[in-house]
Amino acid sequence: MSQEKEVLLSVSHLKKYFNVGKNAVLKAVDDVSFDIYKGETLGMVGESGCGKTTCGRTCIGLYDRTDGKVLYKGSDVHSITGKDRQAYKKEVQMVFQDPYGSLDPRMTVAEIIGEGIDIHHLAKDKQERQDMIYKYLELVGLNREHANRFVHEFSGGQRQRIGIARALAVQPEFIVLDEPISALDVSIQAQIVNLLIELQKKIGLTYLFVAHDLSMVKHISDRVAVLYLGTLVELTTSEELYAHPLHPYTQALLSAIPIPDPEVERERDEKKIRLEGEVPSPINTPPGCKFKGRCKYAMPICEEQMPPLTDVGNGHFVACHKCMQEQA
Amino acid sequence: MSEKNHILEVKNLRVSYHTYAGEVKAVRGVSFELGTGEALAIVGESGCGKSVTAKSIMGLIKAPQGEIKEDSEIIYQGENILEYDKKQWQAYKGGECAIVFQDALASLNPTMRVGKQIMENLMVHKHMTKQEAAAEAVEMLRLVGIPEPEKRVKQYPHQFSGGMRQRVMIAIAFACDPKLLICDEPTTALDVTIQGQILDIIKDLQKKNNTSVIMITHDLGVVANVAKEIAVMYSGMIVERGLCEDIFYHPRHPYTWALIQSVPRLDLKNKQELSSIPGTPPDLLNPPVGCPFSTRCRYCMEICKEEMPERTDFGNGHTAACWLHHPMAPKVEMPELKGGAV
Repeated sequence: MSQEKEVLLSVSHLKKYFNVGKNAVLKAVDDVSFDIYKGETLGMVGESGCGKTTCGRTCIGLYDRTDGKVLYKGSDVHSITGKDRQAYKKEVQMVFQDPYGSLDPRMTVAEIIGEGIDIHHLAKDKQERQDMIYKYLELVGLNREHANRFVHEFSGGQRQRIGIARALAVQPEFIVLDEPISALDVSIQAQIVNLLIELQKKIGLTYLFVAHDLSMVKHISDRVAVLYLGTLVELTTSEELYAHPLHPYTQALLSAIPIPDPEVERERDEKKIRLEGEVPSPINTPPGCKFKGRCKYAMPICEEQMPPLTDVGNGHFVACHKCMQEQA
Repeated sequence: MSEKNHILEVKNLRVSYHTYAGEVKAVRGVSFELGTGEALAIVGESGCGKSVTAKSIMGLIKAPQGEIKEDSEIIYQGENILEYDKKQWQAYKGGECAIVFQDALASLNPTMRVGKQIMENLMVHKHMTKQEAAAEAVEMLRLVGIPEPEKRVKQYPHQFSGGMRQRVMIAIAFACDPKLLICDEPTTALDVTIQGQILDIIKDLQKKNNTSVIMITHDLGVVANVAKEIAVMYSGMIVERGLCEDIFYHPRHPYTWALIQSVPRLDLKNKQELSSIPGTPPDLLNPPVGCPFSTRCRYCMEICKEEMPERTDFGNGHTAACWLHHPMAPKVEMPELKGGAV
């Protein structure tokens, strides 16, 4: 299946370390490799502090890498310069988590959306620019009248729509969505997710969808990558991940999703896999599997060796010693 | 349920905020009662007045901007708290009734060690000495599952993670064994895994101390396993309330249908359209005359725009305010869930 598809973004052995003091290194992204195919949505999930936002940002060159390589359509994201960089920035856009902090409060909506159009000279004259702004406003479900308003006049869901319109205005091919719905109500989340799916069908966009809400990620993604403390622990199609989660961390994440059904919840209560504690500090992590401290299957080998990401069939990748032993 | 068992009765609560633009009618006639040791969930979208309801019960509506209207009553153990004097308020707040806010970082004092923030409460309400309170603070942190509590009491809020801060909030709330606990979106800012842990703690403490809990949230998934009763709020009013099972299995109000359906389900097909509620809630500066949901309701009739619907009783405390349940109205069933049952 994967052979036929065109690879849009190829991440190999990407590392992003932060120096946080004397002899202290925060490994936010530690040796992560994956591909994103044209027209697909790759979901990226994990708890807070697992490096998913850093990974998303490093992938498109917002952060400088420590090591590794990211190729966008074959060219290295971190060393594109000059005109190529300008062109690259037009093709890759980002929507941020916080719809309150990511929009300039002193600009009108028209200015926010028009900024990208101006920078990339996408409009021939004022009239065309105005039409484009209206077009994108309507595309994301807002009205023309909204164009001259300021950001504080909008609700959270509407602001997120403005953020999406701003990203779309430069006609990108690839959008990194960094928790675009976490700050919104459930009913509004559904609106935004529907909008994103519809836009993808209409324009053929490629998404990297970063979130901690597994149920929404499952819904929107073709494939899902599970991150834990900066490493990829499982990567597979979203159906496969939810039907046969292999990594103990993925299993725990799945069983933590609350189900809106009192009887089902009561039955699940005993069977639930509960994670004790929180994500340990990513500063100066000891060797071995990073999940071992919270894993109930931890074995001696987990203390010593980091399990490699291995294919267990059908493009289902998992990094766990237990799963590998069962497979063998 | 006998009348005597109610720890809290809210009768016709109406709260307004006075702003430059005019009077925002945030809560418009909310009535409910809460049994001793029971859990009630108030569910609704942002801006529906659920937090304002919670703040009124805690006495946190500040004049002159905020105003609780005259004939509102909040009866706690037989006494109307709106008529409390200063001394009674002091005993009530924190001692009898405690609240856990959504944003733990903004609610904790950043300049004070967390141990001291817990001790404050104990020294005021339980008249403990400093040493006793310090020992109790360590115990409280242990109770809510914070590792190394002896070390942690001496730290400041910024040294805690989001989940840990929320645990501190719960420790402060439970320090004086309150009879009534209000949780205002306690898990909204947290990860799913931590959310599960926090909900477990609240449930455990509720059972252990027989505390009555009001849980406020926008996520129906969260309440399925926590609350016995659910009240669905929309634009400052309770549109439907009933037992947890009734709300989930036999919802009667179109808004409740829409809320239930907008929760993503794991059995849905990929990229299938989720049902969402089109539009936004009405402006509470000048709320609509008729049913507040009429502008977004797909079953809206002429009457809905003109007159407020009556409350229909379906037995077992299950009521809904919708014209569809008028005997003359066309019969409408809840639409099938896309993708079938869970």
